[in-house]
Amino acid sequence: MALNIDIVVLFLMALSALWTVMTRSLLRSAIGLALTSAMLTILMFRLHAPLAAVFELSVCSGLISVVFIATISLTQPMSQEKVLQHMRDRLERFWYLPILLILTGIVLSFLNFKFNLILPVPEIEKDPRIVLWNQRPLDLLGQIIMLLTGAFGIVILFREAKKK
Amino acid sequence: MSAQALTLFWPFCLFIVILFIIGFYCLLVTFNLIRALIGLELLIKAVTLLLVLVGYVTQHEALIQSLVITLIVMEVVIIAVAAGIVLGLHQHNKSLDVRQLRNLKG
Repeated sequence: MALNIDIVVLFLMALSALWTVMTRSLLRSAIGLALTSAMLTILMFRLHAPLAAVFELSVCSGLISVVFIATISLTQPMSQEKVLQHMRDRLERFWYLPILLILTGIVLSFLNFKFNLILPVPEIEKDPRIVLWNQRPLDLLGQIIMLLTGAFGIVILFREAKKK
Repeated sequence: MSAQALTLFWPFCLFIVILFIIGFYCLLVTFNLIRALIGLELLIKAVTLLLVLVGYVTQHEALIQSLVITLIVMEVVIIAVAAGIVLGLHQHNKSLDVRQLRNLKG
């Protein structure tokens, strides 16, 4: 039963990702990406990662969608004719991709992969807060440096744009 | 690996590969910079799901959650800076088509 629910959510996630890529409107693409994120959040909850799931829902489904929608609204969309022309060009140029994908799938199905997923770790900490704050403090330092870099990058980009 | 984890592993792997292919296809066929960013996002989502799955299977959920949180922070910063660059390019060139961004070409 649990596996069935997982399969349904996985299927919905793949469907929303496909819609994100195939839809013509950029705004709908951004909404599709938010939907994909929401489906991923459900899967993360089901795979016993609630803290990461909350981050995914609030940041990826919320903040990144807002960033995308703001970027789309600040730029001009392509005309309908150009979009249709682009789709035709795409179909002509990449007709072989689905065939390549099916062939790769057939070749991979004949190979016998064996994974050994048991890691040699003596103690397993169950609380992510302890792992993050006590065992991996350098990750936090990296996150702070990345956030500062991003903030400075945005400030410099928009200052340059303002000057021009 | 427990029996339940094993039954979960392969269906999840299949859908992770599908998500990765969709993201890669988006990156490959598009000329629009915003759509390329969306493809990049889909690739990152596939990697996130793979990390969470491996954490569940190997019972290292806490470690994987901390790694995923770090990945999400990186993702946000990358997308925010890339969106800023896209806006700057649009102000400069009035287009988001990568075929028209030839100013730095050799």
